Amino acid sequence: MDDLLQEFIAETRETLETLAGEIVAWEAAPGDRARLDAIFRFVHTVKGSCGFLDLPRLERLSHAAEDVLAQVRDGARVPDPALVNAVLAIVDRIGEIVEAIDAGNALPDSGEELLIAALEEGAEAVVQTTAPATRTTSRSVRLNVELLDRMMSGMSDMVLARNELARRLREDDIDPQVEAALERMSASVADMRETVTRTRMQKLDTLFSVLPRVVRDTAAGVGKQVKLSVEGADVELDREMIEAMRDPLVHIIRNAIDHGIETPDDRRRAGKPENGRLTVAARQSGNQIVIEIVDDGRGIDVAKVIRKLAGNTGRDEQELRSLSDRAKLGLIFEPGLSTKDEVTNISGRGVGMDVVRSSIDQIGGRIELDNAPGKGLRIAIHVPLTLSIISAVVVGIGEQRFAIPRQAVEEIVSERAGNVRVDVLGKGSVATVRDRKLAMVDLGELLGVPSARNDHCAMLVIVSTGTGSFCLAVDSVIDNEELVIKPAAPSVMATGVYGGQTLPDTGMPMLVLDCAGVASTAGLRFGLGDMFADEEEEEAEAAASQGLAALMVADLDGAHRAVPLAVVDRIEKVGADAIRYSAGRLRIAIDGEILPVAALGDIGDRTEIALLRLHSGDSEVAYAVAEAMDIVTITEDVVPAPEYGPVAGAVLLNDEHIELIDANWMFDTHAECADADQATAPTCLLASNRDGWMRTFVRPLLEQAGYRVVNTLKEGERAAIVLTEDDSPGSVTDGASVIRLRDSRTGSADGSVFRYDRKELLSAIAARISGDAA
Amino acid sequence: MSELFLIAMISGRPVAIPSDQVESVVDISEVTAVPRAASHIRGLAALRSRVVTVIDAVAALGLGKSVSATRAVITQVDNHYYAVLVEALDDVTPFDRQPLANGVTLDERWDAVAEGVVERDGEPILIVNAAALIPGPSEIAA
Repeated sequence: MDDLLQEFIAETRETLETLAGEIVAWEAAPGDRARLDAIFRFVHTVKGSCGFLDLPRLERLSHAAEDVLAQVRDGARVPDPALVNAVLAIVDRIGEIVEAIDAGNALPDSGEELLIAALEEGAEAVVQTTAPATRTTSRSVRLNVELLDRMMSGMSDMVLARNELARRLREDDIDPQVEAALERMSASVADMRETVTRTRMQKLDTLFSVLPRVVRDTAAGVGKQVKLSVEGADVELDREMIEAMRDPLVHIIRNAIDHGIETPDDRRRAGKPENGRLTVAARQSGNQIVIEIVDDGRGIDVAKVIRKLAGNTGRDEQELRSLSDRAKLGLIFEPGLSTKDEVTNISGRGVGMDVVRSSIDQIGGRIELDNAPGKGLRIAIHVPLTLSIISAVVVGIGEQRFAIPRQAVEEIVSERAGNVRVDVLGKGSVATVRDRKLAMVDLGELLGVPSARNDHCAMLVIVSTGTGSFCLAVDSVIDNEELVIKPAAPSVMATGVYGGQTLPDTGMPMLVLDCAGVASTAGLRFGLGDMFADEEEEEAEAAASQGLAALMVADLDGAHRAVPLAVVDRIEKVGADAIRYSAGRLRIAIDGEILPVAALGDIGDRTEIALLRLHSGDSEVAYAVAEAMDIVTITEDVVPAPEYGPVAGAVLLNDEHIELIDANWMFDTHAECADADQATAPTCLLASNRDGWMRTFVRPLLEQAGYRVVNTLKEGERAAIVLTEDDSPGSVTDGASVIRLRDSRTGSADGSVFRYDRKELLSAIAARISGDAA
Repeated sequence: MSELFLIAMISGRPVAIPSDQVESVVDISEVTAVPRAASHIRGLAALRSRVVTVIDAVAALGLGKSVSATRAVITQVDNHYYAVLVEALDDVTPFDRQPLANGVTLDERWDAVAEGVVERDGEPILIVNAAALIPGPSEIAA
């Protein structure tokens, strides 16, 4: 808000200065229409700004003057000297108040009523009082953006010229005195460059400050309730970019409220909070600014978009349907589309997302959509910091060098460092850096540049893309350099992996990598991730319950089995002879400790095996398998095994039967510090497991709370509590208390518990068990 | 009415490039490759303190790859500078622009870049729009 106020003061002051001449001229010739219009525009602008900035005194004054001037313009009043004097008195007063605001002084408001009263027809003429000059020396100058542009591009050329000079000097033996002079010049060029860059930057606050009002008005207009949260308002962006973003942003927000967020009734029915959520967040990512607009509405109904588009533009519906998912989503940017059947006064005025996209295109940006039907939509606008000079890490692959924006780089480690390991999983590689697992992309392989690595170890550059982090394997990390990044030609940008080009000191052009582009080209998917970072836990759990991530292994007995990824700490290759039968069981000595080994088959004559280190809180088990294969997501039903054992059940994966390892059994049977209380703890039976959710989420929850959890009962065993997601729990209940978990938030009348309500679930179980005992 | 044309050789054929499209003529030596880019994008080269995108005209016309070309015509399209590699360059000469003779069919890619012919001592030379070479074969085909 302070920025806006400063801008208002500067603007008012400037207009007053140019107006001074007009006022005198108007006084001389009150009938001069052009002069009158100029003064009218001034008070009108002041009035508008004041309402927004909450400056009631200025607003009252300017409003009164505007009224009178409007009457003069309409010919209802004649501009007699008294009226002219009264208006001028008000204009002067506005100037005084503005100066007082700028200087932070209080200005008594006495006499303002008189000034306003003097505007009335036939009022006494006011006595012109020349106010004492309280004006503070102006510390700001308003500049034409074009001038700043020229300054900036001159600056870029200066940096390039310096680079060239440095390069040429380095070719020969350089006189230390020349070198010192060059150093001094470099330092002042760097200083200057930073200052010049700052002149064009403005906080996004100037763009975001109007949003609360836009959201309020839009939501009120369509009878919806929307909670807006704004993040990253202090991120800075080029002024012109900010201006160019204004309309698209407002349009996207109106769309989100009008099309995306449902009415409170619909939201209740869908089990969402009545208030829609809208998040506008900005952050800097490499040499880009990303502005994300995330709503938790219904998302984009792709089928509806296709129907509409076919209907409105006569395009072939069949053809549209056969597009890829991504292309289908992109259809919302087609002209001639309004998914709303009725035209509202908010959107649907013929301004579509096509206009939004073309304005973003114009400033060299791009729009990404992340659609979660029924759950929400994330629109990410990426805009470049053009002409920006960034700090970059230069990496080498074979003969070629690439720059990675410093801001995207989290860390650089050597592949051979002690806390780093690289495993091959399926076609991909995973790097584990300390306890962090990161997808690894071999840059040379991705770009098809022959690596000169041979036996040398790779350097791993951990980069973050905003949606996720990954690891780039490169031959070498060469340097840290300040580079002028310029946009590359469209045909170069079309590769999707570059963010621009630059000319470093070497004189050879260099490409700047766009890490997000590299990730998507390499096929890495980070998912919606933390769409609502502060969202209730249930959201996250709901998303996670859609599948169970598991590691596929080829076991010692030749079978393919899946191990829930959550318990796999890491994978190690060990020599088979490290595993010994000692103290009554298989054990392995590794990293200075002895671990129990679980094996579902004979090691036989293998010399090397893969060891999965399974972790559960405080116990660790090593599971020996022939080979780790791939990470898979299990979405199919798990058919439970008939009894509690190493295998929890069978699951179909790509038409192959896979046994899912029961991690709990592994720990129960093999871990050294098995919980002694287990035997006496009340038994909970999970009678259904539709989607892996019971086992993945309910089980740990219950175990943590001290219950013994089983999937099937052994002979003669009796469950204290049976948890089911189905209406009929079947015959296994045997008189035990049954708690049914329901999918929707509403409907507690039948004694069921909402599946995501941890608290209520635990208290319901506790209540049943104590009820049983009584 | 005469216009100025620069006569160059692409894949052994003479072509005429309108001189208003030609910013300068340079020798390109070192080129930074652009991995994953279309085949006609030879790479990036430095021209004083400016980076230009080097276009292989032979590849852009779908005639394979030029091997020896190091001379290049600098042209500007949408604020980006391109160096179009050609095999040999003659002087800039005024010619009269003539439409393609009726019935003359070019191949699809030549068609996209050809703007007519000029006649040099009775030999017809195709006028090639340098800017049209830049999108490359894939985009023209699409």
